[in-house]
Amino acid sequence: MDRPFIVDEPHKERFRLNRRVLVDPEILEAEHRRIFGRCWIYLGHDSEIPGSGDFRTRSVAGRPVLFVRDAKGGARAFLNTCRHRGTMVCREREGNRTRFTCLYHGWTYDNGGALTHVPGEESYGEGFDKADFALTEVPALECYRGFWFAHFGADPEPLADYLAGAKDYLDLVVDQSPGARLEIVSGTQEYDIRANWKLLVENSFDDYHLHATHSTYLEYMKDSGVEVRLPRGLMMPAPGVGKSLGNGHAVVDNVNFRGRPIAAWIPLYGEAARPEIEAIRAELVARLGEERARRVADTNRNLVVFPNLVINDGSAVTVRTFWPTAVDRMRVTAWALGPVEESETSRARRLDSFLTFYGPGGLATPDDVEALELVQGGLATWREIGWSEISRGMNKTGDQLNTDELHLRTFWRRWNALMTDGGPA
Amino acid sequence: MTTADAVRREDVEALFFEEAALLDAWRLDDWLGLLTDDARYLVPPNDVPDGDPRDTLFTIADDIQRIHGRVKRLKSDEAHAESPRSRTRRMVSNVRIVERAGDELVAEANFIVYRFRRNERVGEYVGRYRYRLRRTEKGLRIAERRAVLDCEELGGLGSVSFIL
Repeated sequence: MDRPFIVDEPHKERFRLNRRVLVDPEILEAEHRRIFGRCWIYLGHDSEIPGSGDFRTRSVAGRPVLFVRDAKGGARAFLNTCRHRGTMVCREREGNRTRFTCLYHGWTYDNGGALTHVPGEESYGEGFDKADFALTEVPALECYRGFWFAHFGADPEPLADYLAGAKDYLDLVVDQSPGARLEIVSGTQEYDIRANWKLLVENSFDDYHLHATHSTYLEYMKDSGVEVRLPRGLMMPAPGVGKSLGNGHAVVDNVNFRGRPIAAWIPLYGEAARPEIEAIRAELVARLGEERARRVADTNRNLVVFPNLVINDGSAVTVRTFWPTAVDRMRVTAWALGPVEESETSRARRLDSFLTFYGPGGLATPDDVEALELVQGGLATWREIGWSEISRGMNKTGDQLNTDELHLRTFWRRWNALMTDGGPA
Repeated sequence: MTTADAVRREDVEALFFEEAALLDAWRLDDWLGLLTDDARYLVPPNDVPDGDPRDTLFTIADDIQRIHGRVKRLKSDEAHAESPRSRTRRMVSNVRIVERAGDELVAEANFIVYRFRRNERVGEYVGRYRYRLRRTEKGLRIAERRAVLDCEELGGLGSVSFIL
């Protein structure tokens, strides 16, 4: 490489990013091995396959994966490819099956991956043993509090170690459920953004952009009775900090101002919702104590689990992952997450609250998409203008604001370390 | 009591065609005039097209308050996803009245909405409408419009930032 990927000079209060890393297909090729081949990658949530035989198919780190609950009740993740000649064995998005039969030649697997039937098996030689041709599991599969991750590289560290400080922030989400049981709500938002995937990492917890990009959203909230004025010295209506959580994970941790289904009422929820939200809060206080309840109910947190999982716990809980289909394009998949104990009215309120901001039809996300696509368009000048500026907040010691860029630098530092540490070429 | 019994298919078609013309022309305030004051606008998720927004995450599930908020936003030049605005051209066909009850009726239609933005970027939004229409003093009005996309995921269509 002719130039470094980042210039990181704290003593000069300077952090610059080489724009080439957002436009060069060779960088994406390297990322497949050095980033996605060496990190735990989010696969799915335990609640998505509740019963034996329940399955979901999805693409994980570019591989087709069959996520299935086997007959013994264990969550399994198989590479969705027939051991015979490679066909994707399961074509449905979701369902329940005891057996998966390949459409091409009829090889049949049970939901524990064992090859149970080969048509015309007598024509294979003596050394042919069905036991050698079970569906192949992802090299490593681990779960933290309902969140399943896969690892495709050699010798992964335990998931709990990998997650480092991100665990505390996942705990804050899980604590919203009295029984520590969350579920992915029905309905998937799946859409493309014509931009490099790392731009969505930045955007997902870049609070500096709120006012410029989302003024119409803020106007809507203001019209509904939410206070959106900026206190002196802040770029957000309420204070918050950006934090590194280790291993490239980072978060913005903000005082809530725009309502939370758990459990901060705003006028948009309607007067009728007040008693139920007060009851939800009372349950939190009784179970967790006043201080922890406040932490859960009165803060919004946008968490990036390196490299490509975002959990936004704010006006709802969003689980979002994304995959680069090209250097300048990504496929985004997003779900809503909620406590299993939630009443019908609470669930409806959560989903309504989700849609005000988030998703391809929300009042804010489409403007993020527009912003990222305009960045990608602008980056065609990377040969002339080689660097992006990511130094906000480097001029101060102590806490960094959510509208500073420490959390963005955290991502980039980890990304740079993995790309340049002499790992798999 | 007004009943919907006398409403003919051509009345429904006239309403659908008028709405399409208003939306293509971005005459959003006039479009609001076609809605009842308790109207809803729904775009279900591609994987649960028949879902209920109370228990399923939709792409869009607006009550009348958010419809007004959406229109206010879209009229602003700071609705960046639609600034400059998409150019759209709607084809609405296969109109059928499928249910009648009191002063309301349910009508369905097929749609193709072509969306053009910036250079060669074209989106073809294909699907079916399912409307609940109400006969009012002012004429036939839209109480609920549900736009169900046929594609299995939004994918390359990206955002649904205009009124679909």
